[in-house]
Amino acid sequence: VTKSMVAPLDADEASLVRALQSGEAEAFASLVRTHAARLLTVARRFLGSEEDARDALQDTFVAAFKSIGGFEGKSRLYTWLYRILINVCLARLRTKQRRREGLIDDVLPRFLADGHQAHPAQDWSDPPDAPAQRRETRELIRQAIDQLPEDYRTVLLLRDIEELDTNEAARVLEVTAGVVKTRLHRARQALRTILDPHFRGGSL
Amino acid sequence: MTCRDFLDFLLDYESGDLTEAERKIFDAHLAECPACVSYLKTYRQTIVLSKAAFCDQQPLPADVPEELVQAILAVRSGRTEQSG
Repeated sequence: VTKSMVAPLDADEASLVRALQSGEAEAFASLVRTHAARLLTVARRFLGSEEDARDALQDTFVAAFKSIGGFEGKSRLYTWLYRILINVCLARLRTKQRRREGLIDDVLPRFLADGHQAHPAQDWSDPPDAPAQRRETRELIRQAIDQLPEDYRTVLLLRDIEELDTNEAARVLEVTAGVVKTRLHRARQALRTILDPHFRGGSL
Repeated sequence: MTCRDFLDFLLDYESGDLTEAERKIFDAHLAECPACVSYLKTYRQTIVLSKAAFCDQQPLPADVPEELVQAILAVRSGRTEQSG
């Protein structure tokens, strides 16, 4: 969680919260217009389809409208909405059972009996930021992330893309910090394996 | 230390969660194992690449059409009418 996300409410936000809590229609419109685009971007990353992302956005605001009375101002409004959205997205993913139990073992490193790497890693040829500037490369990486089993993809998104810390991710996912660490490591290793043939030897 | 150990505990190495003594064992392995040097490098590049893969997905207000804003707000007023 970045510093700006935990900073106390400024005067404008505090007065918006008061207006929301007293049920002023204008305030709700302002809340939606201010935060919807940023939240929708996050929902798209988790859910993929535009329709699902919009539904999740709507569910998020509906949940927020219901619980604004209990908002204590301990976080910024965006942070509060963001947490609701992540939970809404995770709940939707659970009902979809999207490759939850996928086989991650196939894309984890393999070892010889003596503990050496079975397929010794080699350097990738391009510097990492150069290929990522190309649209097709970004698409390739997003598709590779999409191939990860759901439990691993979710952790990778929360930790490396959304940049939640280990404890925050653990809380959102309702698992231990240790589980988050293990899944993150395996997700990164699996992603590395999937990307390896594309970046080895300068094919990009 | 084997490559397997190195790769298994790489996240702790990267997060700085190892003791000084443990770190020295990792570094000693790196000094003699080019495959693990490459693995570490490409593991780090994987993280950089996955972050960069989403950098063009910046939120645009136009992404949220007015109909969607109104639909969201309508749910709230609908709820108020029902309850009030």
